[in-house]
Amino acid sequence: MKVKSILAGLLLTLSMSVVANAQLQLNGAGATFPAVIYSKWFDQYKNMTGVQFNYQAIGSGGGIKQITEGTVDFGATDGPMTDQQLSEAKSKQGSEVLHIPTVLGAVVISYNLPGIGKGLNLDGYTLSEIYLGKITKWNDNAIKKLNPKLNLPNKAIVVAHRSDGSGTSFIFTDYLAKVSKDWSGKVGKGTSVNWPVGLGGKGNDGVAGIVKQTEGAIGYVELAYAVKNGIHYANMKNKTGKFIEPSFASVSAAAEGYAKNTPADLRVSITDAGGKDSYPISGYTWLLVYQNMKDGAKAAELVKFLKWSLTKGQAYATGLYYAPLPKQVVKLCEKRIALITANGKKIK
Amino acid sequence: MNNELSDSIKDKLTRKLISSHNMGDFIFEKLTLLFTVSVFLLVILMGYEMYQGSRLSIAKFGWGFLSSSTWDPVQEIYGALPIIYGTVVSSALALIIALPLSIGIAIFLAEIAPDWLEKPVSFLVELLAGIPSVIYGLWGIFVLVPWLRQSVEPYLSEKFGYLPIFTGAPYGFGMLAAVLILAIMTLPIISSISRDVLKSIPYSQREAALALGATRWQSTLIVLKDAKSGILGATMLGLGRAIGETMAVTMVIGNRALISPSLFDPSYTMASVIANEFTEATSQLYLSALTELALVLFVITIVINALARLLVWSMSRKWKTS
Repeated sequence: MKVKSILAGLLLTLSMSVVANAQLQLNGAGATFPAVIYSKWFDQYKNMTGVQFNYQAIGSGGGIKQITEGTVDFGATDGPMTDQQLSEAKSKQGSEVLHIPTVLGAVVISYNLPGIGKGLNLDGYTLSEIYLGKITKWNDNAIKKLNPKLNLPNKAIVVAHRSDGSGTSFIFTDYLAKVSKDWSGKVGKGTSVNWPVGLGGKGNDGVAGIVKQTEGAIGYVELAYAVKNGIHYANMKNKTGKFIEPSFASVSAAAEGYAKNTPADLRVSITDAGGKDSYPISGYTWLLVYQNMKDGAKAAELVKFLKWSLTKGQAYATGLYYAPLPKQVVKLCEKRIALITANGKKIK
Repeated sequence: MNNELSDSIKDKLTRKLISSHNMGDFIFEKLTLLFTVSVFLLVILMGYEMYQGSRLSIAKFGWGFLSSSTWDPVQEIYGALPIIYGTVVSSALALIIALPLSIGIAIFLAEIAPDWLEKPVSFLVELLAGIPSVIYGLWGIFVLVPWLRQSVEPYLSEKFGYLPIFTGAPYGFGMLAAVLILAIMTLPIISSISRDVLKSIPYSQREAALALGATRWQSTLIVLKDAKSGILGATMLGLGRAIGETMAVTMVIGNRALISPSLFDPSYTMASVIANEFTEATSQLYLSALTELALVLFVITIVINALARLLVWSMSRKWKTS
C-alpha cells in the first residue's frame, strides 16, 4: 500500500514536471563571450514568463554551424557570418538569418612593465608593428613618442596572443587589419590567425598568465576579464587622436559613433570607430535568429524576449562587465526584430 | 528398482546441467567475441569517419599537408609539419627523460625497497597517475614555467649556449616546459606498470641467480631481461599518454606552429591545435583540415603501437631461440 502511494506520488510529480516542460522551450548555442549575461537573461526571463531558454556556450563557430543546420532555434556569435555562410544557411533552412546585437565587448591591451603601472599609451599602428615582430624593444622610438613622460626600459617585448579560436582574437585582428596595411596583407583577421611572433595562451586566463609572469610581456584580453582581475591596460589612441581608456562608457561610445554608418543588416565591425570618446578595439556580439520561423509560438516568444533584452535586459550589462548598447543601436535592432515572421505571417 | 529410478533421474539431471552449462558457455563465448569484434569495428569506423571528414582537405593539399609548414586559417592554407614535429619531438624527449627514471623507480620498488617503504611509495606513484592533466597544466604555469624562466633556462644558455638546443630568449613557456610536464605525467604510468611486471617474475629466478653466485645487481639484470617486453608495453602506454596529452601541454608549450632546434622556443602539438581551434572553426576546409590532423594523430598512434608490438614479438622470439 505504502509502496503504491509512493509510486503514485512519483508518477504525479513526473507528470507535473512533464506538464511544466510542455511549456515553451527554446534552444540556442554559440559564443562563449556573452554566455554569462545570456544565462542571467534567460534565468530572469524564465522567472517572469516561465519560458525556458537553453543555451549552450559551444563557441561562435558552433553557433553558426548549428543555425545553418537548423538544429537550434537561435544561435550566437562574436564575429558576423560571412555572405557565403548566410547564403548557405538560407539555402538549407529556407530563411534569412538575422543578426541582432545584444551587448558590446572590448579588447584591452595588458602589459607587464615593472615601475610603470597604469597609463601606457599606444596607437593601432605601433601595436600592429609589435605584433608583426618589427618593434621588439620597449624603448623603441615609436613607443617613446607616444609616451614622452614614461621611462621605458631597454627590454625585449614578449608578445602574447590567444591560442584558441575566439571572438576576442577576431576583434583584435580586425582592428589591426584596419589600421595597418601590412597586417591585413600578411596576417588578416579571423578567430584564429597565423601569428607572426609570440607565445599563445589558452583563453583569457592563459594570455593573462603569460603577461603577469613575464616581464616585458604584452597581451590582449577581454575588457570584462581585465576589470574583474585588476589587470593594467593601455590607453589606445582613437581615430580623432585622443588616448582613450577602455571602459564601458567608451565602448558604448564606439557603437554610438558608428550608429550612423551601420548597415541595415547590423553586421558591422566597430573597431577603429570615429567619435572623440570611442575606444577603438570594441565589438558587438550577436544573436542569430531566423527571419521566418516555422513555429509560431516560439517565434512570438523569441521576439518578446529580444525586445525585453534590448530594453530592460540592458540594465544587467555593466554589472556583469559588458557594455550596454547605445539607444540609437537599440532602435536599429528593433527594426530588424520587426522583420521576424512565423510561416510568413507577421508577429503581433 | 527405486535405486535405478533415482539413478536415471540423477543421470538426466547431470546431463541437463551439462547441456545448460554448455549453453551458458556458448552465449558467453559469442558475447565476448562480439565485444572483441566491436572494438575492431569501432577502430575501423573511427578511421573511416575521420577520413570522410578530412576528404576536402586531402583533396586540396594532398601529401603537402604533411610536408608544408604554414598553418594559416585566414588564407585557408594548412600545412601540419611543425605541428607533427612538435607532437613527436615533445613526446620522444619526454620519454627519454621518463624512461630511465621510471625503470629506476620500478627496480627500487620491486627489488630493493623494504615492504614498509614500498607500499607508501607505490601508492604515491599511482596517485601521480591519477591527477587530472589540467592540474599538471596549472602547476606548469605557476611553478614550472617561472622556475625555468628564472633559473634553469638562463643557466643553460649561459653554460651551454653554444648548443643550438639552448639558444634564444628564455620565456619559460615552450618545448622544454612541455617536455618536462610530459615526462612527469608519463613517469607514474611507466613506473607502476613496470613494477608490476617485475614483481610478476617468479622469485625463483632471483634465487637461482643468487645461488649461482650472481650479485644482486646481476640478478636484477636477469629479472629485467625477462621483464623486457612488459616494460616496453608500459613505455608504449606512457608514450600514448604523451602523444595524446592536450590540456597540460597547451598550457605551457607556447602554442606556435614552429620548427626550431631550440628547446626554449614555443611549439605546438596536434592534440592542442584540435582542442584550441575546433570550436571556432567555421569554414568547411578549416574543419576538414583539423579532422585530417586528427586522422594523422590516429595513424601515428596506430603505427607506434604496431611498431612496439613488432619489437616485443621479435625480442621474445630472439630469447626463445637463444
